[in-house]
Amino acid sequence: MSIAIKTTELSRSFTGGGEKEAGGLFQALSDVNIEIPEGMIYGLLGPNGAGKTTLIKILSTLLLPTSGEAFVNGYNVDNQYDKIRPIINMVSGGENCGYGILTVAENLWMFAQFYGIPTKTAMERIKTLLEIMNLTDKADVKINKLSTGMRQKMNFIRGFVTEPKILFLDEPTLGLDVNAARETRKFVMDWVKNAVEPKTVILTTHYMKEADEMCHKLAIIDSGKILAIDTPANLKKQEAGGASYNITVGYKEFDANSLRAIPGVASFAHSVSDEDAIIEMIFNLEAGGALAKIIEKLSSEGLSILNIHKKEFSLEDAFIKLVGRRLNGGEAGANEHR
Amino acid sequence: MSTDELIKNLRGIWARAYVRIIGVNREPSWLIFELFFPLLPICAFAFVYKSMNAPSDYLGFVILGGAMTAIWMNVLWGMAAQFFWERESGNLTLYMLCPMPTMAVLIGMAIGSGFSTFFRVIITFMIGKFIFGITLHIASYWWLFVTFMLTIAAVFSLGMMMASFFLLYGRDAWNILTVFMEPVFFLSGFYFPVKTLGYPLGAIASLIPITLGLDAMRQLAFKLGPATAFLPVGVEITILIILTIIYLIGAKYLLNKLEYLGRREGRLTLRWQ
Ligand SMILES: Nc1ncnc2c1ncn2[C@@H]1O[C@H](COP(=O)(O)OP(=O)(O)OP(=O)(O)O)[C@@H](O)[C@H]1O
Ligand SMILES: [Mg+2]
Repeated sequence: MSIAIKTTELSRSFTGGGEKEAGGLFQALSDVNIEIPEGMIYGLLGPNGAGKTTLIKILSTLLLPTSGEAFVNGYNVDNQYDKIRPIINMVSGGENCGYGILTVAENLWMFAQFYGIPTKTAMERIKTLLEIMNLTDKADVKINKLSTGMRQKMNFIRGFVTEPKILFLDEPTLGLDVNAARETRKFVMDWVKNAVEPKTVILTTHYMKEADEMCHKLAIIDSGKILAIDTPANLKKQEAGGASYNITVGYKEFDANSLRAIPGVASFAHSVSDEDAIIEMIFNLEAGGALAKIIEKLSSEGLSILNIHKKEFSLEDAFIKLVGRRLNGGEAGANEHR
Repeated sequence: MSTDELIKNLRGIWARAYVRIIGVNREPSWLIFELFFPLLPICAFAFVYKSMNAPSDYLGFVILGGAMTAIWMNVLWGMAAQFFWERESGNLTLYMLCPMPTMAVLIGMAIGSGFSTFFRVIITFMIGKFIFGITLHIASYWWLFVTFMLTIAAVFSLGMMMASFFLLYGRDAWNILTVFMEPVFFLSGFYFPVKTLGYPLGAIASLIPITLGLDAMRQLAFKLGPATAFLPVGVEITILIILTIIYLIGAKYLLNKLEYLGRREGRLTLRWQ
C-alpha cells in the first residue's frame, strides 16, 4: 500500500497574531509525525486552536512549514507543489467562495476549469454530484439566492468535481442540518469505499460522532502536538481501563468513604437529588474490579438499588482523558451529536 | 509551456473572464452605474464649455474623456481592489490551491473586465455624441481602434499589477479607491487636454496609460485634436506598448511575491481565522 501523506518533525510557528509567547513566536504545530496510507479517511480531532487547519493548509500547499518536512503523494510540499495541486482539493466549512451572480452550476464549472477539466466532463460530473447532494433544483439558481447550507453543499461538491486523489475536508458539515450532514458523511464514506483508484480523505471535525463513524484512523491533536494516533475502536478501548457503572439508590444517609474503600473501586462520585429522593452514584472500577462486591456493600448498608447502568466508554471519554478537557466548539444545534 | 498546458491555462482564463462577461451583464444595476454615472459629469462639463462658447470639439474631448472614465472605474473596482474581495470570500485561497497559475486567473479577470468596458465606453460615447451633436473628424479608423485597444490593454495591465500591490501594501480596499479616484480623473485629463497641465505634470500623468491613450484618441478623432496634442500619436502608441509590457512583468513579479509571502506568512492570501 502506498503512502498518501507523510510528515516528519513538521512544525509551524507564527510571528504576531494568536497568543504570543516570549519570543513573539507562536508555535501552532510542533514536531508532527504522521503517516497516512492511501485509501482511508483520516481524522484530525482537537479543540479550537489545536492546529488542525494549520496542518491541512501545509499539506494542501497553502502554507510553508517552518521546519520539518511534509510529503503528499511522495512530493515535498515545500517545492513540488505544482505536482501536488492537480491531485488534491480542499473544502472548508463556512466557506463563502464563488461569485454571487453566477449560478450553482456555473460556479462549479468555473472551479473545474481551474483544474483544466474539459467542459463536457465537468458538466457531467456536476450533474451527478448535484443529484447525489439533492441540489439539482438549484443548479440554475444564482448562488447569492442560496441559504448557507445550500452554499455549503455546493462548496462540498466543488471538492469532488475535480476527482482528487487526496481530499482535505476541514469541518465540512459545519452549518449543515442533521439530514444534510448525514448524507454528506455517507457520501464521503462511499466515495472512499467505492473508489476504483484509492482515494484518501483528511478530515477535521468538532463532532465526536462524526469522527467515530467516518474515520478509519484518528489523530488526536492539542496545542500543536499529536497526542495519540489509532483507530476509533482502539482509542476507546485503550482509554477505557476498567468498567464504569452508574447506580441509582433510594435516598438514605451513607458513608461515602466506606464505598470508596470497596476493593476494586478506582474512584467513586455521587450526587444527591433531594427532589426525587435518590442518590446517583458513579463507580469507576479498576481493571478486573467486580460489580458484585459493590452490590453486596450497598445492600449491607441498607441502600435500596433502583437502577444499575453500565457506562460505555465513548471517544469523548478517550478525548477527555488525553486532552484533559472536553472537545468544545462546534455550531450548537447544527448537528445531531450534541 | 506545452500545448496541453496552454489549453488548460486558456480554460482558466476563459472561466474567470466568463464571470465578468456573462455574469456582470446579468445585473442590470451596471447600466446605471457604468453608463449613467459617467454621463453626469460629462453633461456638466459639456454645458460649462458650451456656455463659454468653446469650440464644439472641446465638447467632444469631454465626452470621450467621460466615456473613458468607465475604464478607470473598472480598473479600480474590478482589478485594484479585487483581491481584497477575493480574499474575503475565500476565492483567493482556492486560486492558490488549484493547479492553474494564478496569473491565468488574473489575466482572465482583466480580459473579462476589458471586454465589458470596451462596449460601455463606445455606448457612453455614442450617447454623448448624440446628445451634444458632436461631429467627428476621424483621421484613421484603424489607428483609432488600435489606440483604443492598446489603452485598454495598458490600463488593465496596470490594474493587474495594482491587484497584488495593494493586497501586499494597502491597508484596505476603500482606502485605495478613494485615493485613486479623484486625482486620477483630474491628472489624466479626462475633461480637458492633458497638455494644459504642462509637460512635467503631464509626464507624471502619463504613467497612467489612460492619459496618453486619451490624448492619442483625441488627435485621431477630432479636427482640433492635433492642435492640443501632448505628444505625437506614434510616440504615444509606442509608450503605451512599453507600459503594457512593464506592467505585465510587474504584475507577474508582484503576484509571485504575493503567493510566496502568503505561503510563508499565512496571512496575505488567506482569510484571518
Ligand atoms: N496566519 C496566522 N498567524 C498567526 N497565528 C495563526 C495563524 N494561523 C493560525 N494561527 C494560530 O495557530 C493556532 C492554530 O490554529 P488552527 O487554525 O490551525 O487551529 P484549529 O485546530 O483549526 O482550530 P479550530 O478548531 O478553531 O478550527 C491558533 O492559535 C491560531 O491563532
Ligand atoms: Mg480549523
